[in-house]
Formats: sequence, structure tokens, C-alpha cells
Amino acid sequence: MRHLIASAALALTALTGTTTLAEGYPERPVMMMVSYGAGGATDFQARIVTMTAGNEDALGMPVAIINKPGAGGRVGWNWFATQADADGYTLAAYNIPHFIAQSVKGGVEYSAESFEPIANWGADPAVFVVAADSPMNSMNDVVNYAKENPAKLTFSGAGLFVGHHIAALQLEKTAGVKMAYIPTKGGGAAAMKAVIAGDVMGGVNNLSDAFRAQQAGNVKILGVFDLERNAFLPDVPTLKEQGYDIDNASVNFRGIMVPKGTPPEVIDKLAAVVPEMFKNARVASKMKAGGSPMHIMTRDEVKEMWAAREETLKELLAGL
Amino acid sequence: MKTFAKLFSSLRLKSQDCGKAGRGEESLEFLYYFADVFTPLSFGLLLLGTIGGLILGATPGLSPTMAVALLIPFTFHLPATQGLILLGAAYTSTVAGGAVSAILLKIPGAPANIATTLDGHPMARQGKGAKALQLSFLASAVGGVFGVLLLIFLTPLLSEWALAFGPSHLFWLAILGVTVIGSLDSASVVKGLLSGCIGLWLATIGFDDIMGAQRFIFHPSLGGGINIIAALIGLFAIPQVITMFAKGRQDNSAEVLVVEKHSIRDAIREMMRRPKALTIGTLTGSIIGLIPGVGGQIAGLVAYDQTKKFSSEPERFGRGHSEGVIAAEAANNAMVGPSLVPLLTLSIPGSPTAAVLLGGLLIHGIFPGSDLFDNHPDVAWTFINSMLIGQVLMCIFGLYVAGLAARVAQVPQSVMAAIVLGLAVFGSYSVQSSMGDVYVMASLGVMMYFLERFGFSAAPLVLGLILGPIAEANFIQGSMIANATNGMAPYFLSGALNISLIVIVIASVAYSAWMELRSRRYTSKEEIIG
Repeated sequence: MRHLIASAALALTALTGTTTLAEGYPERPVMMMVSYGAGGATDFQARIVTMTAGNEDALGMPVAIINKPGAGGRVGWNWFATQADADGYTLAAYNIPHFIAQSVKGGVEYSAESFEPIANWGADPAVFVVAADSPMNSMNDVVNYAKENPAKLTFSGAGLFVGHHIAALQLEKTAGVKMAYIPTKGGGAAAMKAVIAGDVMGGVNNLSDAFRAQQAGNVKILGVFDLERNAFLPDVPTLKEQGYDIDNASVNFRGIMVPKGTPPEVIDKLAAVVPEMFKNARVASKMKAGGSPMHIMTRDEVKEMWAAREETLKELLAGL
Repeated sequence: MKTFAKLFSSLRLKSQDCGKAGRGEESLEFLYYFADVFTPLSFGLLLLGTIGGLILGATPGLSPTMAVALLIPFTFHLPATQGLILLGAAYTSTVAGGAVSAILLKIPGAPANIATTLDGHPMARQGKGAKALQLSFLASAVGGVFGVLLLIFLTPLLSEWALAFGPSHLFWLAILGVTVIGSLDSASVVKGLLSGCIGLWLATIGFDDIMGAQRFIFHPSLGGGINIIAALIGLFAIPQVITMFAKGRQDNSAEVLVVEKHSIRDAIREMMRRPKALTIGTLTGSIIGLIPGVGGQIAGLVAYDQTKKFSSEPERFGRGHSEGVIAAEAANNAMVGPSLVPLLTLSIPGSPTAAVLLGGLLIHGIFPGSDLFDNHPDVAWTFINSMLIGQVLMCIFGLYVAGLAARVAQVPQSVMAAIVLGLAVFGSYSVQSSMGDVYVMASLGVMMYFLERFGFSAAPLVLGLILGPIAEANFIQGSMIANATNGMAPYFLSGALNISLIVIVIASVAYSAWMELRSRRYTSKEEIIG
């Protein structure tokens, strides 16, 4: 019900056109744009982490989620960079490395400079999966096969210039091999189906989805594309441990941002309140139940992460 | 992969603590959980989901996926089982509810209901709106119950079958859909194919997800491509609205859509007399629903086409033939149960709606797959049972709605036109809160109005729009895999499944050509006699 009231209130205020910024920000419900469809991982997590926003110790006002999906997130972020009001009542969810990789590649109306980060709530690393009956048991097996059969090892991932693709590029570059990356339409789920059904020999996928598929006995997880092992998969070594110098550039970071030009006092208030909101015990338990790894970062930490990521991606995508 | 037979026996052991059970008894596991559906809260939610779903489904623009997504936040506050009952009931009844606007207004609520407009709306124009609605809900219930029973009894077989469809097979399947285009609701095959081509072209607009290319983005609203729901509303609703306004100006007496009362018993009898349409619709819907990534959007259309081809009087289709409504609605509800097979067994959502349901499960810490049936059999079976009972409830409320249809029809045309226009704007905006979609809806609608005057029709155009991306994405993926492995020809042209699909495609084309010739002879004879 709260969401309905929130959207109704939002529509009303939009109609009356009150955009003056009072002392007691926020004095009305806040909108948050998610550039992926309702029910997707980003939407699902965004709804969980904002569900306590109405509490007095958080924003004191509910957050209404608005979905603007399309073109791998480009539609929503284009809208956010060019048309969203910078008044603190319009937030958006970001996905790193997606939007930075897209801006490096070009053809969009935003870059990392178009937005101001508020805080990060989650980090979902990419992992390498093969079907449960695959003869490959480690990343070395994968790389050796790729060396003997250049450009013959097919592996799936959720599209181009998303975390999975970045992980794939890093693997090819570091191991010095050529493989056949098959981007799927329909996100991680379609990429996972291709692995389980044997359409492809392996795949890069989200840790959370791969964890579930492994529990179900459908896949083996051979390596994590992150700096450290993950609490969900303590037995799976990172790529680095297996001898491939790969950092966390492909980890899918999710968090909240506002458009550039939002008043500094609003940004300060959000930057102080939002990370605390993410720490709420109910949020943490729902996120854990859904198998979504949390990773809370403050505004300053996110700023640093964005800058570092932009540099890595520029280098990695230069040859494409 | 663990099969359901194993899952059933492990369940059996846990719940009964006894030795090995016979296979026949294992499959009746779901009966143990029937009582759980009838607790006050569960049953109340089931009623709420069903009635709400019918209303949402009847609203243009609110597709089943949207309806389920809108309900997810409510389930945050419910126990897992009850949350899923609500979602399952809403899914079931929105698919059926879409028939209401498809029949009365010629606006399909969702892609699943396109085929329903083809004969349903002509029936409504002939005063048989109530009958068409009754038939559509009865057929939905029969198809829907069959689909859920398939989900209960044949899941292990079906999940292997669903996985067997790789990129090459999905490509051929999309091509099979394209062969339907020519014969669908058009004055001539050529015009049908041309409409289909326009649809295929429209489908290429926007960022391409696989290669990352930008195509035909000549307006910022087109960046995300043509949204299928917005297009659907525009292509079907706007020509209607313009026609209604135009008529209203010429003639103030306002021609009113008459709805004759029709008894439910007659509707049941009528349906029993058409077992062929019901069977073909149900089976086609079940089979197509199972295939991940194609699913519900084309089940109704393919079933409609098959029924027409197997019918002894194909020329009656498209002019208000009850078999058309029965086949289309049986198929789109039969698809619901099987479309959940890949989700529940393999944790792979096979359709956008299933993906949203996955979110609803995850939020309660329940992982679909073996975990669901091993550790939460109560949740799984209560959910599946509630869909079974939901189908029956949907039918009862649907028949009641059919009785009310007469009132909708008493609204004068000029008022109706305004209401439909309002719904069209609201529906296309609400898909992704974007004015861009409203512009797309309006421009496509105006274009369609003029195309219709030249004998083109909307159904083949929408089918092109739906099938284009499926065919293209799977062809590109398939060719990438083929180039890395054995080459194109062996990948696309060998294997039992590929060859059977190709044979069906050829048969479908040949049959359409033959039908076209036959119907030409038929019409020319008719003209001579007339």
C-alpha cells in the first residue's frame, strides 16, 4: 500500500510543480529510477534496500521505484542524465561497470561526471561456470583448452559491456588466449540456461545466480573474478589464486546516485543517512535470504571506486 | 540433474517416514497440500489475486508481467506461501482477463491475447460479445487446468525437453511463427506478409543487445526500441478510436454495440461441440509455453493458426467463429503451467513473468530448483495447487464478468472512444513510466489507421515485431557458436529437432499456399452464385 500512496503523492506533487527545497528535506516521497525491468536483480535489490526509507531514523519518507528499462540500462541513464530534476527527489540506481563501460564505448549522453554517487549497497562478483558434467575442473583446464583450440571455446554472458563481458575480456587478456564469448539476450538467466543445456561450453555469470545453480547440482563454479573469496562460496578460489592477475573490475556494484547539480546540502544529508539505512537488520536479512551479497560503501569510497573503474575500463576497452 | 521422480520420493520419505513408495502414489504428493490452500488467509488472497488479476488483465497495457511485478512489494509483508499464492493467482487471471478488452474493444491486454481479437471482436460486433467472453473463460479454464496438471505430473520429462531448445531450434521456431504471418487476418497473403515485414523492421529499432549497435534511433524516445506493449495498444486501439470519432461526427444516433444475453449452459454445450479447437489450442499452448524465451507471446497465435489449418471450414475464421476464440484462449492459459517448469526445476525463468516470480521467491529465501521441493514442499505444492484452484475461480468470476459486458456496451460510441483513448495513453505510459512510449503508441496507431484502410491488418505486424528479435538474436548467437565449432550448416541443419522443425516450417508454408488457392476458388464461386 505504501508504494501506491507514495506514487500517488509523487504524481500529485509533480502536478502542482512544487520544487522549492525546504529545510526539512525530504518533505515528500522520493522517486528512485531503476534502469532495468521490474523483477530483475537490480530492481529486486533496490526495492529491498529502500523498504525502510520511511522510518524516522532513515529518510522519514518512502522511496517509490520507477523502472525505465531498455538497451542494457542506457535508456534509463540517458533519461536520468538529461531530464531528471536535480532537486534531491529524483534518485537512481547505478550499476558499475555497466554505465561507465557504456560511456567509455560511446553513443550515450552520460559519463561518470554526469552523476553524484550517494552510497553503494551491493557487490555481485562474476564467476566462471561450467555444466556439472563438464570435464573441466579449474580455470587452468579452461585456459589450456583455449590454448589448444584457439577461438573454439564457447562461453556465455549477459550481453556486451556488462560485468560478464569485462570479466571475459580480462580473462582473455591475462591468460593470452582467444575464446568465443557469446552474449545472450535476456540477461544472466539466458546465459545460465545456455551453460546448463550445453549450448555453450562454459559461461561467466553472477555469483548469486551461479550459487543457486550449483546448489541445484546443475553447474560447477571454477573461479571468482574478485580480489577475495566470497562468503557464499568459501571453497571457490579467485582467479588471482589460480595464477591469473585479474582484479575486481568486473564486479557488479549497485548503489544510489543523484544527477549532477543536486544541492550540496541534500547530497550531504543523503550521504549521511543512506548508508545507515542500508545497515538496517531487516534489509540485511532479506538480502541474505535472496542470496544477494551486500557491500556497503560511503560516498567517498564510491567516488574513488568510480574513478578507478573508469581508468581500468578505458584501458581494457581501448582495443575494441 | 535431479529428476522430479527422485524429488518426489525424497519428499515422500520426509513427510511419511516410511520406506520406498510406489511411483503412482509419489505423483499424488500435491494432494497432501490441498488443504493449505483453503486456510482463510490463503483463500482470501487467492480470491483477491483472481479478481484483481481479471481487472488488471482487462486494462490495456497492464500485462501479466506488470501485474505480477506490481504485486511483489505486497508480498514482502506476507509469508512465502501466501505471497506466492497471490502472485500465482494474479498471473493466471491476468492472462485470461486480457480477453475482455480483446473481445469487447479489440485491444489485446497483452501479446497473449492478440489471437483472441481475431474472432472475438467480430463476434462482439455481431452481438455475441457475452457468448465470446463465456467461451473464452471456459476455454481458458480447461487449457489452464491442463497446463497445471502437466506441471504437476510431467515436470521431469518437460524440463529436459525445455532445455533441448538451443539457439538454432529457437531460430527455426521463430521462422515457423513467421510462416503464420501471411495467413493471419488479412485480405491477402501479400498484404499480410508486407505487414509482417513492417513489424520485423520496427523490431530492429533501438540498441541491439547482442552486438551493441544503434539502429534507426531517429528520435530520443526510440533508444530503448519499440516497446511491445505500447505498440500493441497503439496498433489495435488507435485505429478503433479514430473510426469511432469519425462515425460519431457523421451520425449522432451512435451505433451501439449490442450484447445479447447468452446462457452459460449454452456456452458449455457450444464448447463441447468444438473438441478439436479446444484440444489443438490446449496442446499447442502447453508445448509452446514450455520453450524458454518464446513462451506465452505467440502461443495463442500459433494455436489459432493450427486450428484454422485443421478445420474443415477455415474460411469462417476471422469472421466471428467461436473456434477461433476457444483455440486462442485455451492456448494462452495452457501456457501458464508449463512456462513455470524451467523456473521451478532449474531456477531458469523461461518468460519475463517467470523472472518476476523468481524475485518473489528469492525475497523469502526460497531458491527454485531442488531446494524448493526438498526443503519447502509446502510452499511449492500450495503454490501449484492454488494455481489449479485459481483457474476454476477465474472461470467463475469471468463468467460473471461476461454477464456484465452488456453494460459496457451500452456506453455511446463517442464516450467509448474517449475512454479507450484515455486507457491507451495511461496503459502505454505505465509500462515504463515514459512519455516516449506514448508518442510511439500514438504514431504507430495513426499509421495503422491508414494502413487498415488499404487492407493491411495489425495482427501480422505485431507478430513480426515479436518474432523479429527472437529470430535475430538466436540466429546471431547460433552463428557465433557455429563459427567457433563445426560451422553453420551442421549447426542449423542437423539434429532431429532442427530437421523436424524445418519440416514443420515447410509443411506450414505449403499448407498456407494451398489454402490460399482453395479460398480464392471458394470466393470466386461465391461471387458467381451471389
